[in-house]
Amino acid sequence: MKKENFLWTSSKTGLLGGAIAIFICLLGMVEIFNKRYVIDELLPLGIFLLLATAFATGFIASRRAQEQFSESQPVYNLITGALGGAIVGILLMVLIIATDQINLRNVFLNASPTLVSILTFGRGLSGVWIMAVIGVAFGFFGGAFLIVPEKYRNPILRSLLWSFLLALFSGLFRVVLINQGSVFEAIAKFLFGTTGLSLFGAILIFASILFISMLSSSKGSSVRQRITQLPKRNQVILRVVVIALIVYIAIGLPQVSGPFIAQVIVILGLYTLMGLGLNITLGFAGLLDLGFVAFYAIGAYTVGLLTSYGQFGLQHISFWLAAPIAVLVAMLFGAFLGLPVLGVRGDYLAIATLGFGEIVRLLAGSDFLSPYFGGPRGIIGIQKPCLGFLESFIKVDTPQVCNGIEFGGPKEIYYIAVISAILIAFIAWRLRESRLGRAWMAIREDEDVAEALGINLIQTKLLAYMLGAAFAGLGGAIFSTLVGSIFSSSMQLIVSINVVALLVVGGMGSIPGVVVGTIALIGLPELLREVSEYRFLLYGIALIGMMLSKPEGLWPSQAVLRELHHEVPIPETGSSLAPEVATPE
Amino acid sequence: MSIILTAKKVTKRFGGLVAVNAVDFDIPDKSIVSIIGPNGAGKTTFFNCITGFGKIDEGEITYNNVPIHKLRPDQITRLGISRTYQNIRLFADMTALENILVGQHLFLKSSWMSAVLGIPKMRAEEKYALAEAQRLMNFVELKGRGDMLARNLPYGAQRRLEIARALATKPQLLLLDEPTAGMNPRETEDLTDFIHRLRDDLGITILLIEHHMRVVMGISERITVLDYGEKIAEGTPQEIQSNQRVIEAYLGRGTATEGMDKTRQRFVSRN
Repeated sequence: MKKENFLWTSSKTGLLGGAIAIFICLLGMVEIFNKRYVIDELLPLGIFLLLATAFATGFIASRRAQEQFSESQPVYNLITGALGGAIVGILLMVLIIATDQINLRNVFLNASPTLVSILTFGRGLSGVWIMAVIGVAFGFFGGAFLIVPEKYRNPILRSLLWSFLLALFSGLFRVVLINQGSVFEAIAKFLFGTTGLSLFGAILIFASILFISMLSSSKGSSVRQRITQLPKRNQVILRVVVIALIVYIAIGLPQVSGPFIAQVIVILGLYTLMGLGLNITLGFAGLLDLGFVAFYAIGAYTVGLLTSYGQFGLQHISFWLAAPIAVLVAMLFGAFLGLPVLGVRGDYLAIATLGFGEIVRLLAGSDFLSPYFGGPRGIIGIQKPCLGFLESFIKVDTPQVCNGIEFGGPKEIYYIAVISAILIAFIAWRLRESRLGRAWMAIREDEDVAEALGINLIQTKLLAYMLGAAFAGLGGAIFSTLVGSIFSSSMQLIVSINVVALLVVGGMGSIPGVVVGTIALIGLPELLREVSEYRFLLYGIALIGMMLSKPEGLWPSQAVLRELHHEVPIPETGSSLAPEVATPE
Repeated sequence: MSIILTAKKVTKRFGGLVAVNAVDFDIPDKSIVSIIGPNGAGKTTFFNCITGFGKIDEGEITYNNVPIHKLRPDQITRLGISRTYQNIRLFADMTALENILVGQHLFLKSSWMSAVLGIPKMRAEEKYALAEAQRLMNFVELKGRGDMLARNLPYGAQRRLEIARALATKPQLLLLDEPTAGMNPRETEDLTDFIHRLRDDLGITILLIEHHMRVVMGISERITVLDYGEKIAEGTPQEIQSNQRVIEAYLGRGTATEGMDKTRQRFVSRN
């Protein structure tokens, strides 16, 4: 009876794993991801996903069975793991046969002969058994992994994960290393293939990470602990060295990495700016704004109109003057939006702001205003920032000449974006620690009580809107000069949603969380073009996953951390308001 | 004795329901005054009228001879009226110390610009506010718990923190809405002493809603009884205890003859 139960449990897990595997296949992920290798010429990403699914299924199946079947015997772990994996494999087999025999393409576009050929490793139907064998094998490994003592399991898992990440982003490291030339180039060619790691590289990296993490875990104290044990003087020196190193890398990065990575970082910077802005309105003050892209658009259009040498350019001032003006204009619009919706709370506020975002986009792209904003054709010919003397404007469609350093491309604008992001993060941090920050948080927690404590709601909320808008406006200003042109069609609702999503993932109200969230949700799809196909699937999974497992976000704010720290309430000690306490005044 | 707060013919309606009906009410300066009445009598609504949570439909409320019934809650607080809530309403996800610092918001003047720039004046102000908040924490016996999130404090500590937060606004008139609700006899007694000290040492006028009759009778100088939104009696504790209408309101008509002792017993046992 009991035995039946635990076999059924692992079968259920297997079915679930199989369903996920089929889902991955039918979405076309296997096909698209297979163009990228995890290990060069050996293990493509698509197949890797299926293997990981089988492995995880085996692991989970075996763990579930173990919970049900209290006495843990390794044999059972192996059996249940293999069973779970086998079911994944068999379901994939069914998929292969079905795809080959029936025309599924009417419904599932990706159930193509290519998929069959990938899943059978090019052998057609005669290779159908391969998937089943692989499923059993990796399910078995998954089950076996559970038997490995925890002491070894975590380091192994960690090194697998890091090696995988390294493989995913190998393109980045490869380019950077090769650009360094000589020895670095040789190292790069040894470690990395054209995409992914080379076989030797994979083994070497896995082994070395494993070695390091085993070493550190066996010593029993984490790096952080050991640093705090150092004498104060050394700690300061260490901090200075680390900061200097980071600054050095930050300054040199775009020169060695090339324009593509610089551009990705600029985009990350822009989203960080927007994220920090929304973090003020939403994270601090709790005012949900779904039309945040409007301020981005306003910042971008202001700089466009003020600096463009195209036909819509009103003035031809330098970027350095236009950007602060853009920030001010965005701030003004923040107040403009804030005033009417101040009395609106919660969900209604979200809808009202959603409308505002759309109105701005539609107006900017409308025929009615096209004499001013260019309508759908947008504003083009935005002058690049120039450090030095910018010669005066001569005629339409002729860029102004810059006598000095011109911030012509992403490699240069990188510096503007990064410095702005750091500056704004600093401002946001200072604001949070101030009386205004506390007032925002009080409003977020309980608006009525905050008001009854003497906080002027109108003023405080308006400031939240205005400062949030200002940050986004700065983002927009840099964006317009990065691209050199702006179109209303790039100010879509989805940008606003991206910003909300990155806040949720990073941790509401947390400043480092904004950066982490941006890297996870914006950086990943930018770097891995294949992933960007499934951007929204990824968002959905990420958001649901976060809500279930880590609702406070990847890098929660201090308050939440403190809460985790004090999880157990300190019991009330014989409370008394005894008169011996010193009285105030 | 001068009068600190006067309510004249205050009426508050919710649709067809008259929650507070033409209530006249005076609070003498530096006194302890209670409002009692059965559940749903309009006590908390009356509190909300004073603190500006709901605009009154008729009548007038003056505080130190200034009409306040048209002001916003934050403006009323600025004038020196502060309150606590029946169901504790702390900022649950902020620390105890931050809760009190929010209460001091009124007295901190530095703008957001100065906060960003970190100018010395603003730093000094923050430092002062922090010291002040610590002192209030000590005053309500919460020393050393400043870094705890309000939600994680035990019940009694939350009640005290709420009072400390109200005190941070430096009120002249403090409105306490059922401060002893859910407390054991020991805690209740401590809190009663504490309320006395607020008045005696700090000179704060206290208006409280309370169901706990022993507390009410022990602490109040004057008691006002509300029933169905109307004031049915007013006077010293002795007068209220022997007032026929009050007994009727609590126990229903016909039982009034059973006397006040039983009434009192009922109140006490209920708490």
